[in-house]
Amino acid sequence: MSTVPALAVEDLSVEFRTRSGIVKVLEHVGFSVDKGETVALVGESGSGKSVTAFAVMGILDAAGKVTSGRAMFGGADLLALGERDLAEQRGRELSMIFQNPRTALNPIRRVGLQIADVLVRHGGATRNDAPQAAIEMLKKVRIPDPERRAEAYPFELSGGMCQRIMIAIALACRPALLIADEPTTGLDVTTQAVIMDLIGELAGEAGMATIFITHDLALAAEYCDRIVVMHAGHIVEAAPGRDLFTHPRHPYSAKLLAATPGETVSLENMASIPGGLPDLRRSDLPACRYSDRCERRLGQCAQPLPQRTVGERRVVACWNPL
Amino acid sequence: MLNLLLSRLATAIPSIVGVVVVTFMLTRLLPGDPAAYFAGLAASPQAIAEIRAKLGLDKSLPEQFVGYIGDLLHGNLGNSLSTGQPVVVEIATRLPASAELTLFALIVAVAIAIPLGVLAAVKQGTWIDHTCRIVTTAGVSLPVFFTGLLFAYVFYYLLQWAPAPTGRLDVFLSPPTHITGFYLIDSALTGNLETLWGALRQLALPAISMAIFSLAPLARMTRGSMLAVLGSDFIRTARASGLSPRTVIFTYAFRNAVLPVITTLGMVFSFLLGANVLVETVFAWPGIGLYAVNALITSDYAPVQGFVLTMAILYVALNLTIDFVYGLVDPRVRLDS
Repeated sequence: MSTVPALAVEDLSVEFRTRSGIVKVLEHVGFSVDKGETVALVGESGSGKSVTAFAVMGILDAAGKVTSGRAMFGGADLLALGERDLAEQRGRELSMIFQNPRTALNPIRRVGLQIADVLVRHGGATRNDAPQAAIEMLKKVRIPDPERRAEAYPFELSGGMCQRIMIAIALACRPALLIADEPTTGLDVTTQAVIMDLIGELAGEAGMATIFITHDLALAAEYCDRIVVMHAGHIVEAAPGRDLFTHPRHPYSAKLLAATPGETVSLENMASIPGGLPDLRRSDLPACRYSDRCERRLGQCAQPLPQRTVGERRVVACWNPL
Repeated sequence: MLNLLLSRLATAIPSIVGVVVVTFMLTRLLPGDPAAYFAGLAASPQAIAEIRAKLGLDKSLPEQFVGYIGDLLHGNLGNSLSTGQPVVVEIATRLPASAELTLFALIVAVAIAIPLGVLAAVKQGTWIDHTCRIVTTAGVSLPVFFTGLLFAYVFYYLLQWAPAPTGRLDVFLSPPTHITGFYLIDSALTGNLETLWGALRQLALPAISMAIFSLAPLARMTRGSMLAVLGSDFIRTARASGLSPRTVIFTYAFRNAVLPVITTLGMVFSFLLGANVLVETVFAWPGIGLYAVNALITSDYAPVQGFVLTMAILYVALNLTIDFVYGLVDPRVRLDS
């Protein structure tokens, strides 16, 4: 931990104001990503993975509010930056790829132009040479016949192609950090692998830090250096990918692993995790939001959540880890 | 694109034929006997029968219909019974007056409604949004003839700001040289500023009363459509790419949001064609609406038929234009053709 991480999120809490009350979506979330490192944020739907990314990017819905925390990036706290300064950074220094590439692209604008827009905005090209620069980016994400594809609209391209366009938009200005929010959801398995390899390769070339958001633990273990497991707005465990996969310490990570098909688990003995996410609007949420579902719960679980370091770069938020 | 237009044009033909049949039947079935009307109160039954034979009204309906179709194909819409003038000529001279009024009203409505709707969506929940809501609610709840009468009363009778509601130009001004038939354009082209100002003053009240009415659906649709688009995934992508708010709102959001607004614009335009009849009556505007009302009162068939047919053709032409514009904005429509 001698180097300065590319992104260090500390004590991040986010609330959403809804009609039925305040939802504490994130609580004291902290993790870091080193330069050139790939970190996975893993958890079931609603665990706060995407919200963490949106908060860091400053693109939360109007209802969402950051109530505490810092996100140190390139010497500045992203959460403290004004919208104008943050917009300068977005797309240039930190980029994001979304799920559903088809809807994430402007349906009535040629894809080449959409790449050019980002380049022009951040000074990567002038209006005149932006079309050529956009074609270069299409080449880089290995789109065949880039000159013709630059003139295409998203509805004329396949899902995998659209995701490559998204990657081209995100990487056009050579960002230092890339957040990929379930980039392969909705794509078929072969395309999934191609897209993951492409992201990994381009990130590796540029020494870029990558945050990979997924609910697929197996995919995370395959492509990421470290895995951060989230549950109901808490980080429950953070560990190097292989270690977590072979020897999870938090009961939730273990259950999540048992629910992931792979080398160790076959479809027959795959288990589902009992219960669901707690209602985050409750005012009497337990300190450990997993405790209601947990088989290893102890009396001391009602005390504030610990952050136990259980090995090299391994932290688990549990009183009774495996 | 051309194929699309041609196929739309082909589908329009049955509706035009339908309109021809319906207007023919309707005018024949309406109460009132034009022969009796023109023969005068003291006419003998023989005199009425003579006039009826002269007008061809003694023939059977199918015979009359065939004759009517034959005339139509020769571009003959018949003669007005009350003025004796050919209907085609009368409509052609009066259409520019109606068109100028309607288009001017539409331009005013669009110029106010679209910025208002966009602002209301971008600044949702602020005073602009509330203003938009009040304006649209007021707009839909005030019928055109009522706003027209109210305006004439307040701005002409009480305040004397506006000229008398008696047509397109003050009696002391002569109309500009006929180029397009639009007084505003013609007087501007010939550099006749006095007439331009006079025409504008006459146009203001009727056009604004029509604009207020058509503003509401446009502003509402713009706001709703913008809100929907601003919440969509690709706007999030645009923001995540750091694009400037101006690019996000105009290049990304507005161009997508304008699609349903174009459709609404078509509907609003057809409302306005109907509203014309009322507004022209209130402001003594020498357009085709007033012409049709007068003809209807005197059971003068030919002008009414001519009016309805003109409206139908205008409506079809309008829908074709809308389809064309839609295709220009949305590439997905172009592919479907």
